[in-house]
Amino acid sequence: MIERYTRTAMLLHWLIAMLILGLFGLGIYMADLPLSPQKLKFYSYHKWAGVSVFLLVWVRILWRIKHAPPALPASQPHWQQLAAHAGHGLLYVLMIAAPVSGWLMSSAHGFTTVWFGVLPLPDLIGKDLELAATLKLVHRYLNYSFLAVVIGHALVAIKHQWVDSDGTLNRMLPSHH
Amino acid sequence: MKRSPLLLLLLATLGTSSAFAVEYTTVIPEKSKITFTSKQMGVPVDGKFGKFTATLNFDPAKPEAAKAQIEIDLASVDAGSKEANDEVISKGWFNVKEFPKARFVSTSVKSVGGSRYEARGQMSIKGKTRDMTIAFSYRPAGVNAVFEGLLPLQRTQFGIGEGAWGDTSVVADEVPIKFRLTASQAIATPKK
Ligand code: HEM
Repeated sequence: MIERYTRTAMLLHWLIAMLILGLFGLGIYMADLPLSPQKLKFYSYHKWAGVSVFLLVWVRILWRIKHAPPALPASQPHWQQLAAHAGHGLLYVLMIAAPVSGWLMSSAHGFTTVWFGVLPLPDLIGKDLELAATLKLVHRYLNYSFLAVVIGHALVAIKHQWVDSDGTLNRMLPSHH
Repeated sequence: MKRSPLLLLLLATLGTSSAFAVEYTTVIPEKSKITFTSKQMGVPVDGKFGKFTATLNFDPAKPEAAKAQIEIDLASVDAGSKEANDEVISKGWFNVKEFPKARFVSTSVKSVGGSRYEARGQMSIKGKTRDMTIAFSYRPAGVNAVFEGLLPLQRTQFGIGEGAWGDTSVVADEVPIKFRLTASQAIATPKK
């Protein structure tokens, strides 16, 4: 029998995964639209979802500190275990860095981020259009890298499941009983 | 020192003349500004108008006689970003090609207590004229005076943002315009 993550950890994992996939798609789609009310709506939804990821990831980190994930199978080569830890660590860093870069970029453009149109986030930097242009590139390439790491993460999971058939993916899926 | 009657007379004359109305008339552009705040998806976005002219006749002793006319050069708008500026001068918004100016002309002014006043008048933007009441305050600042106030603009009343942009859940209808005008005084010459 394999050891699984807690239900809460699974819920957070899949919720955040869906949000991030949606954010990639919406982000790339909306950025090139001509200015319209619809574009402003998409930008806001993107920001609200991004801030949600930022908040959820802290919940996830706190949960993880209190509830250590199940150990990787002892049969797994040491280098793979190291790579898994490094990869997951990088995903946590990116889950924080990506929304923070978006938040800072918006502040630099002179737009306060107001979560769901209700809760304003502080502007950590003032309006500075030159800096905003730089942060836009930072947000873009950080997220392209993030997308690459997410794809890598998913490919490794698929390999474990269907090539190695070692049940690694089941650790993050509810049991059938 | 014994004052000569002539000097006394002179002082008296000066005294009387300074009791004549002190009117603030000339708005100093460098010390004045007109700003506004639009709300986009719940996010307040600040903007301003770089060019405007205003003519005033304001005597704090006779506020009812006061007059004001403010003219804003709409193409000088800064709505927060290049993209927004291009949009807001276009046909569906200000349509500056056909209607380059917004104009407020007061019809009456009254004191509402303390240093606070209310100017009623007519606001014309984009070929539409609407009654509007502006609340403002008056504060002497050295030889000048500072007038600060608020125009409660509702953009849809003037067709600012047509078509899909009429959706006030995206861009709020209320776009409060704030002004701070510094005016210098002219000693009114007694008439006749
Ligand atoms: C995990 C969170 C996030 C992800 C994965 C993400 C992803 C992306 C991606 C892939 C793009 C397209 C970049 C491009 O093609 O140029 C984008 C654009 C954008 N993102 Fe995010 N984003 C996140 C969070 C945020 C947050 C929190 C904000 C603001 C508060 C934000 C604001 C923006 C804006 C304004 C754009 C459009 C930039 C432009 O005008 O070109 N993002 N995002």
